[in-house]
Amino acid sequence: MALSGLDIFKLLPKTNCGDCGVPTCMAFAMKLAQKKAELNACPHASEEAKAKLGAASEPPIRLIRIGKARPLEVGNETVMFRHEKTFFHQPGIGLQIRTSEDKARIITGIKKVENYKVERVGEELRADLFLISHDADDKDLLLKTIQMVKDNSSMGVILDCPNKEALKAGIELAKEDRPAVLLRKELADEDIELAKTHPISLILTAPSFDGLASQAEKARQAGVSDLLLNLTSNNAGHRLQNNTIIRRSALRRSFKPFGYPLFTFIQAEDKFDLMAKASAFLCKYDSVIVLPQFDEAMFYTLFTLRQNIYTDPQKPIQVDPKVYPIGDPTPESPVFVTTNFSLTYFMVSGEIENSGISAHLVICDTEGQSVLTAWAAGKFVGDKIAKFIKDIHLEQQVKTRKLVIPGFVSQISGELEENLPGWEVIVGCQEASDISSFIKHVKLT
Amino acid sequence: MDFEIPKEKNTGRIIEVALGATAEQGGSRSQKIIIGGSNALPFHFFEGEHPHRPVVAMEVFDKVPAKYPSTLMEYYREVIERPEEMAKKCVEDYGAELINVRLEGTHPEKGNRSAEEAADVVKQVLESVSVPLIITGHSHFEKTNEVLKKVCEVTEGENCLINYAETDNYKTIAAACLAYNHTLVAQTPIDVNLAKQLNILLTEMNFPPDKIVMDPLTGTLGYGLEYTYSIMERIRVDGLAGDKMLAFPMLVTPGYETAKVKEARVTQEDYPEWGDQELRNAYWEIAAAMSLLAAGAELLIMDHPKAVEIIKKNIIEICSSEDGV
Repeated sequence: MALSGLDIFKLLPKTNCGDCGVPTCMAFAMKLAQKKAELNACPHASEEAKAKLGAASEPPIRLIRIGKARPLEVGNETVMFRHEKTFFHQPGIGLQIRTSEDKARIITGIKKVENYKVERVGEELRADLFLISHDADDKDLLLKTIQMVKDNSSMGVILDCPNKEALKAGIELAKEDRPAVLLRKELADEDIELAKTHPISLILTAPSFDGLASQAEKARQAGVSDLLLNLTSNNAGHRLQNNTIIRRSALRRSFKPFGYPLFTFIQAEDKFDLMAKASAFLCKYDSVIVLPQFDEAMFYTLFTLRQNIYTDPQKPIQVDPKVYPIGDPTPESPVFVTTNFSLTYFMVSGEIENSGISAHLVICDTEGQSVLTAWAAGKFVGDKIAKFIKDIHLEQQVKTRKLVIPGFVSQISGELEENLPGWEVIVGCQEASDISSFIKHVKLT
Repeated sequence: MDFEIPKEKNTGRIIEVALGATAEQGGSRSQKIIIGGSNALPFHFFEGEHPHRPVVAMEVFDKVPAKYPSTLMEYYREVIERPEEMAKKCVEDYGAELINVRLEGTHPEKGNRSAEEAADVVKQVLESVSVPLIITGHSHFEKTNEVLKKVCEVTEGENCLINYAETDNYKTIAAACLAYNHTLVAQTPIDVNLAKQLNILLTEMNFPPDKIVMDPLTGTLGYGLEYTYSIMERIRVDGLAGDKMLAFPMLVTPGYETAKVKEARVTQEDYPEWGDQELRNAYWEIAAAMSLLAAGAELLIMDHPKAVEIIKKNIIEICSSEDGV
């Protein structure tokens, strides 16, 4: 709940000392209510004021940052369904490293994941973090592994180490990089102490809602609020429901102990099962997803799903406006023209490819709008398309002087020909699914 | 700390639709399959009922699809030209719960096989397997009407799922389903209002609501999945809120749509960063199917045997979570 200026004023010292930079406490309260000032500008604010105001201004799910060079930010989500607005922060995807593994293998693994990048519709897709699991009591191996990650990677780390002495040493070594710490057992006072004295996030683990809520509340009372939640369950169905219940509690019931992003380390029978579970949990609210193994195909598939689900439904993905080769086109190959709405591009390029011919596909900048929408908005019309074709010097790239335009905008063909002397415009089919058939029946060059 | 689970009750319920018919019901299937019946969002056992779990169909063809992925061909090479044998393999070896017969070869541009030839294929598949059938036509109105009418006739009483009617072409197919007692797919292109409108048109011609399955049109992973996903969630939310014209079970086709895309077809040699082709092909279909299940799919038509195995296993695992949260 948001507090009014008057509510806030009651919590302030009411001394009008001006130390906050504002002449009176009332004026400062008004600024706080409008979120134009921060409470920590007042050096005399009581603990009670900090707690109450802090709680009132918290987002329903706290934003958590892990890592420094290439930080992962998760949380700050506001909806249950992406169609209600959008999902804001893509989940982090990471790999588990066990310190007990062979050193050479660990370094190879780190480098592989660190260097794995793949481009899809103009976005570079990458992994985000490593979970370092250390079961031994001896701290040396943990420190060596952290150092290996630091030396070979820009990604953040999550430390998973039951031995508190070793953990402490690990945090000291990694603290510059804002690590997260995965607690396998119930939150202890020494964990809280560590979190208060180091820039870390704590991942709380419990097998029940009550247990998890109690731990989160305990941390919050102690002033530790960089948290992630890990409600363990052995069944994918339970996890799907639990994640929904936690998210709903935070968003619709303002249940503060659950106002944190969700963490999962996925275990499964084999890599295919892993894929199924990772997909389900990615759709339904996990914000940090750690996998026990890496292969390019798995990470590519998961990155693509993440991109799909976390795309803003109100901002269509655009592809770069340019000429795309379909198959192996020669200067004699036909030319198709359409918009840069990603779905339009994928459908049209896929159908041309399936037809078996090679072609040049000219993608015009319509700010991501589909054919009819772009036409109605004046973005996919004769003079605009003609200008683009001239700007990219299409006449130097192809020998043909025929252009195929989408059937839905047959009305622009005259205007397009007027603006492109020497070119003939062919009106194509309306639906992408008819492209194969269209190609068979019409002479395109 | 006392935590209370926030439950949300819905006034609506997804209609139950039966697929296939046993001898008692005038058909020859070993059992019928019922989908739908939920009164809560997908897998929300904590606040509602899901009397029937989602089911997985696999598909056979009267004509091998152009550019069929080599990774899938490995599984089907021996049988792909013989749909009745392929159907048997899908049911017996890969656990298909229904068989979809795709009659793409009757399209005038893709072989122009006759309605009689199509009917023969369907009859052979009916004989070789005992699971309920889905029969899929295509977008050439005149020909698909002729073919599906004929198929409806020769499979009278089997309660096949006839796939599909669309807004510009539903009357002939719907009438054939009514005449010969089949169930119908109402397909619309990724749009809540169009979906609703077609269901209204069908019910206005007295088509029974418990004979309708919706197909919101599947975009697979990386190719419009997010549109299908959100349209399905919107349809389901509205259906559960009481909009009867959206409260139908949903069909999705992650198999066929995945088999068409580049990610299923190209090798690791050509696209090193995309990883192993065989793994990728299965993963792609698994990720698409799993997310569509999360969005509310009740009937999935799939292609990849490994993906089918994993998706079925996970549906059963998830649906066994009824016992608690």
